[in-house]
Order: sequence, then C-alpha cells, then structure tokens
Amino acid sequence: MKNRDLANTMAIFKREFLSYFNSPVLYVIVVIFLLAAMGFAFFFGRFLDSDNASLTQAFFFWHPWIYIVLAPAVGMRMWSEEHRLGTFELLMTMPLSPWQAIIGKFVASALVWAIGLALTFSIVITVCWLGDPDPGPIMTGYAASYLYALGCLAVTSAASAYTRSQVVCFIVSVALCILLTLIGYPGIVDTVVRTLPGSLESVVRFVSYLSFMDHFYEMSKGILVIRDVLYFVSVIVIALVVTNMGLRSKRA
Amino acid sequence: MQDSPCVTLALPFHYNPYNHDSDPMIQVQNLRKVFGSKVAVDDVSFTVEKGQVLGFLGPNGAGKSTSMRMVTGYFRPTAGSIKIGGIDMLEEPELAKRSIGYLPENAPLYSDMTVASFLGFCAEMRGLNGAAKAKAIDRVLDLCFLHKVRNQSVDTLSKGYRHRTCFAQSIIHDPEVLILDEPTDGLDPNQKHEIRNLIKHMGETKAIIFSTHILEEVEAACTRAMIIDRGKVVADGTPAQLKKLVPGCNTLDEVFRSITRSDLEK
Repeated sequence: MKNRDLANTMAIFKREFLSYFNSPVLYVIVVIFLLAAMGFAFFFGRFLDSDNASLTQAFFFWHPWIYIVLAPAVGMRMWSEEHRLGTFELLMTMPLSPWQAIIGKFVASALVWAIGLALTFSIVITVCWLGDPDPGPIMTGYAASYLYALGCLAVTSAASAYTRSQVVCFIVSVALCILLTLIGYPGIVDTVVRTLPGSLESVVRFVSYLSFMDHFYEMSKGILVIRDVLYFVSVIVIALVVTNMGLRSKRA
Repeated sequence: MQDSPCVTLALPFHYNPYNHDSDPMIQVQNLRKVFGSKVAVDDVSFTVEKGQVLGFLGPNGAGKSTSMRMVTGYFRPTAGSIKIGGIDMLEEPELAKRSIGYLPENAPLYSDMTVASFLGFCAEMRGLNGAAKAKAIDRVLDLCFLHKVRNQSVDTLSKGYRHRTCFAQSIIHDPEVLILDEPTDGLDPNQKHEIRNLIKHMGETKAIIFSTHILEEVEAACTRAMIIDRGKVVADGTPAQLKKLVPGCNTLDEVFRSITRSDLEK
C-alpha cells in the first residue's frame, strides 16, 4: 500500500517535471533569473567594488525580490492549467489521493527551482577565485534563498488551486509574496514602529516575525537556526493544506 | 406548474447467471446533489450488473454529467450511497476508483504530451509499469485505431483523435466498470459506428454507463436506458420497453419529447 502511494506521487512528479521542460516558459524564466541574480549582484550590489569575499550583501540580498515575481511565474500553471484543460477531473477520478498529486507537483516545481538556483554556481567560483570566502555563510545563504523560493512556490500552488486562469493566479501570488516579504522588511517595520504608539510595538514585531524576510535575513547572514528552517517548512505545509482545500472546493 | 410525469417502469431484478451471489458492479442508492439552492440530481437509484450497458438520456442540464461525476468519485454527493463492486466510493475512494474507467465530457488531455506518453502516464497511475505498461498501451492503441498518431503531440490532434485518445485512457487498465460521458460526441458517422461497436463488444464483460443525446445509439448499444429530466429519473427500462411507454408514440424520439420538458418552456 505504501509502495502504491509512492508510485502515484512519482508518476505525478515525473509527468509534471518533464512538462516544465516541454514549455519554453521555464527556459525564459531561468535565463531571466540568472540575468537578474548576476545583474543585481554586480551592478546594484557592487559585488566587485565592495572588496568583500562574502555573498550575503551583494548576492543573496536581492533574491527575495527576484523570487516574488519569478516563483509565481514558474508555479502558476501547477493547478490552474489542470482546471483549464479539464484534466483535473481525470486526475481526481484516478485511484490516487489529492495529497499524492499535491506533493508530486510541488516537488517537481521545487526540483526545477533547484536546477535554476544551482546554475548560479559561477558566482561561487568567482568569489573563491578572487578571495577567500567563509563557506558557512555561502551554504546557509543558498539554503535561505532556496527555502524562500519554496515558500513562494507553495503560496503559488495554493493560489493556483482556486483559479483556472494562470494570469489571475500569477497576480494573486505575486501580491501575496510581496505582502509576506514587506511586512518584515526592516525599513518598513522601523517606520511603522516609530509612527505607532509604543504600546503597539510588540504587535508590529509579531506581525513582522511572520514574514519571509525576517527569517531569510538571519539565515543569509550565516546563522542556520532550526527555528527559521521550521518557519519555512510550516509556511509550505500551510500553503499545501490551503491547496488541498481549494481543490476540494472545486469538487463540491 | 404541473408535476413531472413520472412513468418509471418497475424493472424486474436482472438475473445474471455469472455473478448472482456477488454484489452488482455499480449500485447507486438515493443519490442527491445540491449546488447552492439548485437541486441537480434528486433521489436517483440504479444498479448495473456485469454484462449490462446502461444508457443515460436526458436534455442538457438534466443531471446526467453530475450523476456520472458522483459515480466516478469526482463530486461528493449531498446524500446517498455509491458502491462499485461492493466497495463504498465515499469510504474507500482510492480502492473503488481502481475498477472504474472514465471518459469525461469534452475528453480532456494534457496538451503538452504525445499520445503514447499520455497513455503511459495514465497506465502508471493505474499501477502498470514496464512490460505490462507497454502491452497495455499497444492494446488500447489497437482498439482505438490510434497507431497512426502514436507519437504525435496531443495538441495537434483532430477532435476525433482527441476523443479516442481519452477513450483509450479509460480502458487502459481493462476496468470492470466503464463510465462514458457522451463518448460519441463530435465524431463522424464512421467513428461513431466504431465506438458504438466497441461499447457493445465491451458491454458483454463489463458494466457500462454512457450518456448520449443520440437516441438511435441507445437502441444500438444499450441493454437498458434511463431518461433523466431535471435531476429525476422519469423512465427506466429496456429500449423496447421505453418505446411503448407512452401510448401513441412509436419511436424513442417521440417518447423522449413527450416525457421530458425542453428548457425553452417555463
């Protein structure tokens, strides 16, 4: 019985993963991602001028802003395309549980993103060539960046479960990702804290604690705290539960 | 507004010499589905044995597709029970779905796959792998005359081929129960004839439900037919019995029009 569950998830994963490579969208997104990640690092992050053999400020700093747009672009077809084609009905009358399909699809998009992120390896080579970097922050930086992308993908998965339009899914998920990023953005949080009466500061701090950003910064600085990893894992779990609810509402 | 003329025939329980001591393949009791305030399916019950082909007839929006979607486990019924080969669809959906093959309306397909890879995916979902999978794909390509388009992208197929590809998907695991929502919709007369023969042939060993608007199809392929109107069963019997249902009507077409109401009326 367990084998059957795994086989179903693998079959979904395989189909979904290969279908990413059948469409030109993925290649375009990966190229844009690489251009943006490198462009921001070298031009805005002044990677070479900073004379600093660390990737935290110049490179990882920009990733959340790139993911806000690009992760929804990768994930928007996840369920909305199934709704639009009508294959959702086919899938749900096959002998599998919705969870097997949700996990199979999410893991496929996660692996696609792992490939995209791995293609930024050249900047690691550059920094090792030019300086003597501390490997710890680079590894936690990649972990933080990847978890951030997975969080955005899971949010996109949830949005796509509710609509048959990829455009609607894209706009809604970008909005949600921006919200989850900005409520923890230090500049904004500090301004809000200064404007509001002091008694509300703990509330603001609590809300900002729920944002992606708060947990991303800690990790990208080289401090891998279980708490922050658990935060992203729970965001993913909640988003996938919401996906399941969305799919169920389509069948009611 | 007058009441719906309900002229249900009491059908004697079909004696089936092959599986008289086991449950009927499809057993549906008091099925009801409500969308918001609209009652789509109201108290529909029927059983289908192995070797029977049940035709669903009815005007558009009568609840045919909704009933089929509940039987296949896609929609959850508001009330009622569904048993497939004795397994409860609501309690053990994954187990019950294994013995069903389903062709949804409009024959949905993944547009980025080829015919063979789509059928391969469906075979994997049905637990077929390796040699068994290759054999199953070849079998349905033969049965549905799809060899010519085997490696063609689903996107570029004509409507007839799309329909047959989705039909092939529904029989890839040689299911005991087949549920076909308008299987001949959009096909040319030759293709219709082929699919009808296929249904008739498979009906000898399987329990089949199919819905259609074409009344001669019912006479050609069904052992039994049900007419559904506004969510209710208004007639149930063999095609020959249905024809004699309304005095003065000689064809199924006349019977159909006298007992169902068009949605043009109030």
